[in-house]
Amino acid sequence: MKLLNCPVNGVRPLSEFIFGGECREMPNPETSTDLEWASYVHYRDNAPGIKKEWWYHSPSGTWFIAERNTLSDEVLSTYLHGKAPAKNTKEQSA
Amino acid sequence: MSMRLPKQVGEWIKRDKEIHFTFEGQEYKGYEGDTITSALLAAGVKVLGRSFKYHRPRGVLSLANHDINALVTDGMDTNIRADVVTLSNGMQLKAVNTDGGVIKDKSKYIDSISPLLPVGFYYKAFHKPASLFPFWEKVIRKAAGLGIVNFNYPRINKRKLNAFCDVLVIGAGPSGLSAAISAAENGLEVILVDENQQLGGSLTYDYAGEEAAQKVLSDLVKRVSASSNIKVYAGAYAAGYYQDHMVPVVAADGITKVRAKAVIAATGAFEQPPVFHNNDLPGVMLGSAAQRMMHRYGVKPFKTGLVFTANAHGYRVALDLLKAGVNVSAIVDLRAEGQQDTQAIELANKGVKIHTGYCVYEALPFKGKLGVAGALICPYDEATATADVKQAVKLDCDGIAMSAGWAPAGALLYQSGMGVVYNNDIQQFVPNRLPKGVFAAGRVNGAFALEARVSDGLRAAAEVANLLGKSVKAQSVMPHQGTSPSHPYPFVHHPKGKNFVDFDEDIQIKDFINAAKEGFDNIELMKRFTTVGMGPSQGKHSNMNAIRILAKIRNLPVEKIGSTTARPFFHPTPMGHLGGRSFHAHRLTTIHAWHQAAGAAFVDVGAWSRPAYYQKAGLSKVEIVQQESLAVRKAVGMIDSSTLGKVEVCGPDAAEFLERFYTGVYRDQKVGRSRYVMLLDELGVMVDDGIATRIGQEKFFVTISTANAPAVYREMQRWLQVWKLNATLINVTSAYGVINVAGPKAYQVLSKLVTIDLSEDALPMGRSTEAEISGVPVRIVRAAFVAKEAYEVYMPSGYALNIWKLLLEAGKNEGICPFGTDTQRLLRLELGHPLPGVDTDGLTNPFEMRAEKALEMDKAFFIGKRSLEIIAKKPLNKALVPFVLPADYKGELPQDCNLVIESGAIKGRVTSVAFSPSAGRVIGLAYVAMHQAQLGNIFEIRTDNGKIAKATVVHAPFFNAE
Repeated sequence: MKLLNCPVNGVRPLSEFIFGGECREMPNPETSTDLEWASYVHYRDNAPGIKKEWWYHSPSGTWFIAERNTLSDEVLSTYLHGKAPAKNTKEQSA
Repeated sequence: MSMRLPKQVGEWIKRDKEIHFTFEGQEYKGYEGDTITSALLAAGVKVLGRSFKYHRPRGVLSLANHDINALVTDGMDTNIRADVVTLSNGMQLKAVNTDGGVIKDKSKYIDSISPLLPVGFYYKAFHKPASLFPFWEKVIRKAAGLGIVNFNYPRINKRKLNAFCDVLVIGAGPSGLSAAISAAENGLEVILVDENQQLGGSLTYDYAGEEAAQKVLSDLVKRVSASSNIKVYAGAYAAGYYQDHMVPVVAADGITKVRAKAVIAATGAFEQPPVFHNNDLPGVMLGSAAQRMMHRYGVKPFKTGLVFTANAHGYRVALDLLKAGVNVSAIVDLRAEGQQDTQAIELANKGVKIHTGYCVYEALPFKGKLGVAGALICPYDEATATADVKQAVKLDCDGIAMSAGWAPAGALLYQSGMGVVYNNDIQQFVPNRLPKGVFAAGRVNGAFALEARVSDGLRAAAEVANLLGKSVKAQSVMPHQGTSPSHPYPFVHHPKGKNFVDFDEDIQIKDFINAAKEGFDNIELMKRFTTVGMGPSQGKHSNMNAIRILAKIRNLPVEKIGSTTARPFFHPTPMGHLGGRSFHAHRLTTIHAWHQAAGAAFVDVGAWSRPAYYQKAGLSKVEIVQQESLAVRKAVGMIDSSTLGKVEVCGPDAAEFLERFYTGVYRDQKVGRSRYVMLLDELGVMVDDGIATRIGQEKFFVTISTANAPAVYREMQRWLQVWKLNATLINVTSAYGVINVAGPKAYQVLSKLVTIDLSEDALPMGRSTEAEISGVPVRIVRAAFVAKEAYEVYMPSGYALNIWKLLLEAGKNEGICPFGTDTQRLLRLELGHPLPGVDTDGLTNPFEMRAEKALEMDKAFFIGKRSLEIIAKKPLNKALVPFVLPADYKGELPQDCNLVIESGAIKGRVTSVAFSPSAGRVIGLAYVAMHQAQLGNIFEIRTDNGKIAKATVVHAPFFNAE
C-alpha cells in the first residue's frame, strides 16, 4: 500500500487518505470572462507530470497539498495549503 | 526398490528419523526433511500424478513448485504441492484428478482422443444445442481439472503480522546472501526471505558437488546467522510487490506484511524444459530437479540416463549424475559448437559420449507411458530448427535430464514497474529500468557465473546503502562470458506432437501454431486462447518458452514479443491466509436497539443503518408505508433523524463562511431563527441542502443530509482553509440525537413534555427555541420537511432513547406512530420537496429545480455563483415538476427513471413516484421539457411494460392540489 506524508500527522498508509482532485487557482469570479471561468470549471489538463493535488487525511480531518508526479506516482512534497513547500521536504525515501 | 543414495554432503534429510505415510493406498517411509515427492522418488515411485487435460502419467519435473505434476490430496486439503510440502507421519495421500488411481486412471483414454480436443475446443464446442451444455459441462468438469474441494473444510484464519526493515532481500542464493550480509555490515536492518526451508538457493543443488562452492555457501550462511542485523524468514515466499515497497511474506502459519525502505530481488531463475515428443514421461526431468533429488534428498534420479542440454549447466548435471552412480549414456547437446570447458573435458575423459548438434527427437515410453524406455536422438539443425530423423539413433535409458535454459523469476520486479531488455549474450530478459528503491541481483539480473552472482549481490547492497544515506564504495560486476545459459529455440517439432510446453495445461507446440493461425498471435491473446501460463504454476516453467515459440511463429526477435505480467500471488495462497475479520463499519443511532425490538426493516444510508419502516404481521411494505404516512397526516408520527450531519460553525466569521459556502443570506439572520441552506459545487450543480440555525451571534448549527454529511463536512473544512476565515467547524453529528415529531397532533404531544409555548404564534416556521424535556436540555426547531406541523427536537445523543420513549408515552392517546425513511420519502414527496441525489443528478442546477428563491445572486460570492451567471444566460431545457396521475388510474405504477415521451422522443424522466393515500392518487416529480412544464399541462410517461400513463403538472403540496 502506498504511503503518504501528512504534513500534520506524518507518514500514514494511503487507506487513511481521500483524494480531493487537482488543486488549481480559481480565477477572480468578478473579473474573469465566461470563457475563462468555464475553462476553470470544466477543463482538466490530464497530461502526466507533476501535479498539485488536494489530499485529505481522514482520521484527523487535515486537508493538504501533495505535489505528485502522476507518471511515476512519486510524491515530491506535501504541505498545508498556502504554506510554500520548504526546500528538501522530499517524501520518505520511497 | 530404493533409489536412496548414501549420505550426501549438505543433504536436507535426517536419516535417523523415519516417517511413515501412504500414497494411493500403499505404505511408504521417508525421512524427516523429505518432501512428499522426494520420499516417493526415493521409494522408486515414478508416476506421481495425471495431467490436467489428457490424463497422461506424470512424474517429477522441477521438484521446486515450478510445475504441478505432483498434486495430492489427504482427503481434507487438496492440491497439496507434493514437490515442496514436507512429509509428516501418518499422511494418507492420493493423486488428484484420477478416476480409479494414478496408475489405472480410467480417464487415460482421453490421451488417445486428444486430436479431437484441439486448443480452444471448449470455446467452440458444446454451445449448441444450448440445452446440452449442462451435460457437457458436467463431463468436462469431471474429466479435467484439479482436486475436489472439501466443502466441510473448517474456517481457519491465519495470523497477520507487520514487519519493517531497511532492506528486504528476496532469495537466499549466492546473490541474496551476499547482498544481505553486505547491507547488514553497512548498518542496515535486513529481512531475508526464501521459500526453501534452508538457505543457499541454487547452491544447495547446482555446484553442490564442488568443494569450493560449498565452502562459499557455508561461509555465507554462517555470516548470515552471526549477523544481528539480519532477520531470516525461511520456508516463506514473497508473494507480491505493492507500492512503496510493501511485500507480503507468506509462511505456513500466516502472512507478514513487510514494509521496507528498499527491496533487493535476488529471485533467481526458473529452468525451462526443452520441448520434444513425450518430454513429459515420468523419468524425464529438468537438470535442476535431478540435482535437487541428489543433493537435497539423497535420491538417485534414474539408473541409466542421458542429459539433453544446450548450456553449461547440463554438463554439471551430467557430472553430478555420474557421481551419484548413474550410468550417463550420452550428452545430447542441441548446439553445434557444444561446450568447451573443463566439465566437458572431464566428461569426455570419463567416457561419456557427447553428441553435439543433436536433439532428443522423442522419448520412448514403456507400456502405459508410465516411464521411459529409451530415447531417439538425431542430428539437429539450429538454423531451421529441424531434426534429421533419417539418422535417428535409439538409446536405452530410464531417465532424461533436461537443461536448455532459464527464465528470470521476475514476477515481483514486473509488479514493481520494471522495464526489460533482451540480452542476446544470455538469451534472457534483464531489467533496464527499475523504480527507485527496487534492485535486482543475480540470475534475475543476468549474472550467471557464480562469482558474478556474489558480486552482483554486493553491487545491489552498495546501491541500497548509498540510497539510504550511507556512503559506500560502488561495486562492479563482470559482464557475462562464455556460452549462453539459455538456448534461443530449444524446440523439436514432431508430427505426433505431445511435445509439451506447459505441463499444467497440457499445451503442445502445435497449439501455439493453431492459436496464431486463428489470429491470437499477440502474447496476451495467445496466453488467453491457449491458456499457457494460466495453470496453477502460472507460467513458471512455460512462459519464456511460449514467448520464444511466438517469436518464431511471427518471425520477430524475442524482445518484440514482450512478456505477460505474473500478478500476485507468486504461489497460490490459501484463503485462510488472506481472509481477515468480517468487518463492516456501521453507524447506529442511540435509539437503534429500540428500532430493532419494534421490528424495523433497516436500510443503509451512508454508513448509517436506519429503519425504512416498522414491519407488521400480514402487511406488505407498501401497505405499512401508507399506514405510517396516514398516521402523520391525520395524527402524529415520529422518526429518528439522529443520522443527520450536524456541524457547528463558530467564530466572528461564522456568518461570512455560510454566505460563501451556501447560496442564501445569513449575515442578517437573527439568533433563534432557522434558514434553508443549499450547497452547489463550482459548476453550479446542486449538491446538498439542510437547515442553518443561528444559536448565537457567532455560532450557527447546520444540518447536512445523512448520506452527504462526510463529503460536505470535508468541503467545509477545505474551503475554510482556502478562505482563511476566522471561524471553526465542530462536527457534532454523533453528539446530538434528533427526533422529528410531525403531524397535526405534534404540537399537542410535544407540549405535554415541555413548559414553553410551542404554538404557531410563539414558534412559527423557521424559529427555534431552547427547552427542557425531563430535565434534559433540548433545542426545538420548526422545520417542514415531512409535514407543515412538525418539530425537530435535538438533544444530547445519550438522552435520545429516553426522550423517544417519553414521546411515545406522551402520544399514546393521540396514536403516535414511529415511521421510517421509506415513509419519510413519501411524506416529503407529498409536500413536493426534491431530495438531492434522488431528484437531482450530477448535472442538475437550481434553475431546473425551480429553486431560484434559495439563491441570493446579489451576494458577492458563493460557491457556484459564477457558473450560475453563465447558465442563467442560456435558455433552460428542462424543469422539475410535480405531477399526478388521474385518480382512476389503473395501469402499471410508473417507476423512478421511467421516461417522459413526446411523439416518440425522450423529453425527460420520472425521479420520484408513489401512490399517496392522502392525495388519493399517484404523485411524483419528473423532469420535463420547458414547454411541458406549465401548470395543468398533460405529458406522457412510458411505464416498464411499454404502456403510456398520462400525467398532469400540478402545484405541490399534493394533498391540496385539487
